[in-house]
Amino acid sequence: MNIFVLVKQVPDTETKIRVNASSSGIEAKEIAKWIVNPYDEHAIEEALKTKEKLKEGTVTAIAVGPDRVVEALRTALAMGCDNAIHIKADESIDTYVAAKALAAACKKESPQLIFAGKQAIDDDQAATFGYVAEYLDIPSVSVVVKVDVATDKKSLRAVREVEGGTHTVETSLPALIAVNQGINNPRYASLPGIMKAKKKEIKAHTLADLGLGSETALTKDSAFALPPPRKACVILQGEVPAQVKELVKRLREEAKVI
Amino acid sequence: MISFQLTPEQQALKEMVAKYVQGEVLPVAAKYDESSEFPHEVIHKAWEIGIMNIAVPQKFGGLGLGVLDDVIINEELGAGCLGIGTSIAVNTLGLYPILLFGTDEQIQRLVGPFLEKPLLASFCLTEPGAGSDAASLTTTAKDMGDHYLLNGSKMWITNAGHASLYSVFCTTDKALKGKGICCLAVDAKSPGITLGRHENKLGQRASDTRAITFENVKVPKENLIGKVGEGFKVALKTLDRTRASIAASAVGAARAALQHSIRYSKERKQFNQPISQFQAIQFMLADMATKVEAGRALCYRAGSLIDEGFDEDGNLASAHAKRFSADMAMEVATDAVQIFGGYGYTKDYPVEKIMRDVKLVQIYEGTSQIQRVVIARNILKD
Ligand SMILES: Cc1cc2nc3c(=O)[nH]c(=O)nc-3n(C[C@H](O)[C@H](O)[C@H](O)COP(=O)(O)OP(=O)(O)OC[C@H]3O[C@@H](n4cnc5c(N)ncnc54)[C@H](O)[C@@H]3O)c2cc1C
Repeated sequence: MNIFVLVKQVPDTETKIRVNASSSGIEAKEIAKWIVNPYDEHAIEEALKTKEKLKEGTVTAIAVGPDRVVEALRTALAMGCDNAIHIKADESIDTYVAAKALAAACKKESPQLIFAGKQAIDDDQAATFGYVAEYLDIPSVSVVVKVDVATDKKSLRAVREVEGGTHTVETSLPALIAVNQGINNPRYASLPGIMKAKKKEIKAHTLADLGLGSETALTKDSAFALPPPRKACVILQGEVPAQVKELVKRLREEAKVI
Repeated sequence: MISFQLTPEQQALKEMVAKYVQGEVLPVAAKYDESSEFPHEVIHKAWEIGIMNIAVPQKFGGLGLGVLDDVIINEELGAGCLGIGTSIAVNTLGLYPILLFGTDEQIQRLVGPFLEKPLLASFCLTEPGAGSDAASLTTTAKDMGDHYLLNGSKMWITNAGHASLYSVFCTTDKALKGKGICCLAVDAKSPGITLGRHENKLGQRASDTRAITFENVKVPKENLIGKVGEGFKVALKTLDRTRASIAASAVGAARAALQHSIRYSKERKQFNQPISQFQAIQFMLADMATKVEAGRALCYRAGSLIDEGFDEDGNLASAHAKRFSADMAMEVATDAVQIFGGYGYTKDYPVEKIMRDVKLVQIYEGTSQIQRVVIARNILKD
């Protein structure tokens, strides 16, 4: 089975984000460390597990973005993906252009099954996978915590997580599955994997190669703002009964919660 | 041109080991320190991700990687738990004699299985009466025609209780001292081997350290590594390959102590300000940071020299790296406890463990004094 995984490179979770002077974006140049979007690691793991279960197939990781995203693809290869595709695009593309590009590159190789994370931890839009499925005109299932591909490989059953329970969906293939964290424990890249990844060629496309170019972003980032700084904690002093009185007073008058 | 830039693969390796440490080592480091049990699953995982046995040449199915790669791995492991790192590093130490001096057949037969499943090796040099003066060892191998008969005892053997293979240094003729030493690869299950108790140590409590007694242990002649009389050279060449890695583990431990100290000093307030505002603390942190950088630079240099085949310069560089990094890490860890104040002296905070763990690096694989002996001998040589 030809399996694809959509991979996004995002700033490391420990990164301190700074909004730029005009508030129109974050200072990408200041981001020292980029990682594979953690949800996409689950997607990679599920793709690899699916291949292992089927005992056949190839897993291709695909990413769109500037040259730095090649590093994320190398990580995917080091985890065990067979191939990688990089669609070169600059920082400024929006979800629409990214999804158009991913869909166009996928279309060239007609995958049977596409995995993605349910969202990226940087902008939390949870949008790209849906667009890609739409542009490919294939079904998509999101927030998936379990996947079983039928033995005839023509359909699959996906268990979705919903508030307080689960929801099981069946779909024909090809399909796109956007996974949630609980689905698996992503494997670590391995040292032999890293050495093998070094030798693998990463296929590169430009937007023009994919017949794109006229598309312009449909949305524009207009302002970013950091959450307001948290107020300092107040630790009440004194005897317990007096503290309780003070606490109730503050809850009523300052916090206005009672 | 000198470059300290890691290759993309080395960078990926560093990040991968850091991730493994974050996910598998740090969550259990305190537990194994407390219980002093052997961290089987953690080591199994290290084997799975391929960071053990990395020096096995490609023609035997290994990766054929060098000392610098091992330095990178060990710095990260040291930043997680030195005890667990030592168990992994000593496996390398136990196998290098065979990789460096073994025949192809021996490598295939003795080291091959380590690539198939997570096995461990030990390096058995030290004896109760032969520590720094390792050449005075007395464990004897008597030539019995088709096999050797091994008798004697070894002391402080890391992994002893869990290893399947021991590289044992012994003598065929005590009168020859260093020139009579040979190295035998001994199957840990051989009859006549008795293990001592698991030592109750100050630090690195997750590593398994025991005495081993050999009583009429039959070792087939095919398991002689190198030539008779060449054993001391085998031991020294092996230690030359591993010293930079052990040094790097101390750098990792010191780095962790520094990171904990930076974080804590920004949080802890006294006299109405974070203690990081006091210049006395800032200067301590600054010195700690410089020491870590210096230690790493020495380790990288030693590793690179050996990988590039400059064995002699590599020896000296390794001694510099080991001496400096071990002593440096002890200083840094002690300062970290100081920055934490009373809290640092308890097991509720991570720095006392680093201080206990790192002490051992000044002792094993040649004490800091012995490293100075090596350095002095080199620089005084005519
Ligand atoms: C936890 C642990 C794990 C170990 N693992 C292994 C292992 O896996 N395999 C193995 O073979 N060994 C192992 N060792 C042994 C270790 O390498 C020795 O402990 C070390 O070489 C020192 O020997 P010693 O303890 O006999 O000390 P000694 O040699 O008795 O030294 C005592 C003191 O005298 C100093 N000293 C000795 N000679 C000189 C000199 N010429 N000039 C100046 N000072 C000197 C030393 O520096 C030290 O401070 C381990 C030790 C420990 C504690």
